[in-house]
Amino acid sequence: MSQEANMRRVTAIKNGTVIDHVPAGKALSVLKMLGIGGKMSNPVSLVMNVPSKKMGDKDIIKVEDRELTQNELDRLALVAPDASVAIIRAYMVAEKLEINLTEEVVNVAKCTFSNCITTNPREPLPHRLVVTGRDPLQLRCKYCGKTQDIEGLVDNLL
Amino acid sequence: MPGLITMDDLTNEEIISILDDAEKLLPVARGELYLPLLEGRILGNLFFEPSTRTRMSFETAMKRLGGNVVNLGDVKNSSVVKGETLFDTIQMVDGYTDIIAMRHPRQGAAQYACDSASVPILNGGDGAGHHPTQTMLDLFTIRQAHGTLEGLNVVLAGDLRYGRTVHSLSHALVRFGCNVTFASPDSLRMPEEIVTDLKAHGAEVVETDDLLGEIGEADVIYMTRIQKERFPDEDEYAKVAGAYKLAASDLDGAKAEMIIMHPLPRVDEIHPSVDSTRHARYFEQAFNGVVARMALMCWLLGVTVPEDVNEAGGVL
Repeated sequence: MSQEANMRRVTAIKNGTVIDHVPAGKALSVLKMLGIGGKMSNPVSLVMNVPSKKMGDKDIIKVEDRELTQNELDRLALVAPDASVAIIRAYMVAEKLEINLTEEVVNVAKCTFSNCITTNPREPLPHRLVVTGRDPLQLRCKYCGKTQDIEGLVDNLL
Repeated sequence: MPGLITMDDLTNEEIISILDDAEKLLPVARGELYLPLLEGRILGNLFFEPSTRTRMSFETAMKRLGGNVVNLGDVKNSSVVKGETLFDTIQMVDGYTDIIAMRHPRQGAAQYACDSASVPILNGGDGAGHHPTQTMLDLFTIRQAHGTLEGLNVVLAGDLRYGRTVHSLSHALVRFGCNVTFASPDSLRMPEEIVTDLKAHGAEVVETDDLLGEIGEADVIYMTRIQKERFPDEDEYAKVAGAYKLAASDLDGAKAEMIIMHPLPRVDEIHPSVDSTRHARYFEQAFNGVVARMALMCWLLGVTVPEDVNEAGGVL
């Protein structure tokens, strides 16, 4: 199926953000990471498991009337580091943004090790995961030093 | 604030310098000389889980250097049982003391305390994480016996998975070019993160389940306790633990200068018959906790240990 056919599955948006090249099946995790849920009033369109030349299958997300910030997008590095993001204004691509993986992922997800000090929800310091490898993504908790299970981190999103 | 959370907090040069200070402080630790280098300073001892040697040797170290100690005491009688966070406990003790030694059942607690405090934190054990002050006394003991830390054959044996002393020690040994062999049952092997780190330092890591086969080549055998609760049943424990015991009769083929160490407490992994051999070094090792911790507290508090302690000190 062509790229245009993919994009026609949902209508073009007038203003907002399009997140393309999300790994197939990860769109719901991306929404969770961006704090986009049922309570949000903006229209959100999801296309999941559609063919992609670049990555086999992929998901696409369109969020109307909301321009995601770079800070918000950087949170996506855990599940969709290669996603491409476009800010749409008046049906045109106004800006293209990249997701940056910083050296430390702060307050995005909790450490997955059950005996880490940070598992006490009342401890107030930020959750800090240090990037120790980029391809494939590897993270360690700054406090307990344990290597993180990336799938498990998605369940531990803050 | 600088602290000692893992051995990565010290360079090799700093380790050597602190061990040199510890060496100078031996007569003070033995009570032969009075040298109040830390007079007026207060150590906060925060032991959230049981400790005998670490807690007592920190306390002894501070008192021998003329300082004072306040203790958290039994956790059951503290605000911790009322649900106080570690962050809040540290804020309080930070205000009462000049330096904190702590042990906590949760991994990462020492780094967390370090990020919460304005006074230096000494990690006396965090879950199955690290125990760097033990490593400093272990290195002191090894250097005392062999005159060097470099290029030795060191066998670490027993529970390498949960044993925090061996986690910190293996890091340090590899940095000094020691050949490290891990002898453990399969279920208690060294954690993957640590093996990865050691390899990143250029170490060749040898793993085996045959402790006795390693005795002949070893300069140091570092025993640890295998805990019953790590095994699903008593029979399994008995079978595994039996292979990680040393008796005097096992040491016939050992090098004359080989030493046997243990962070203590031991249960039955070192038979009492070993105590009277030339190889046993675990009780000296426990004593060395005092000098190592004296030197570490001086270093973290920016206090210089004089070159000639006899000239600087007085008679008790």
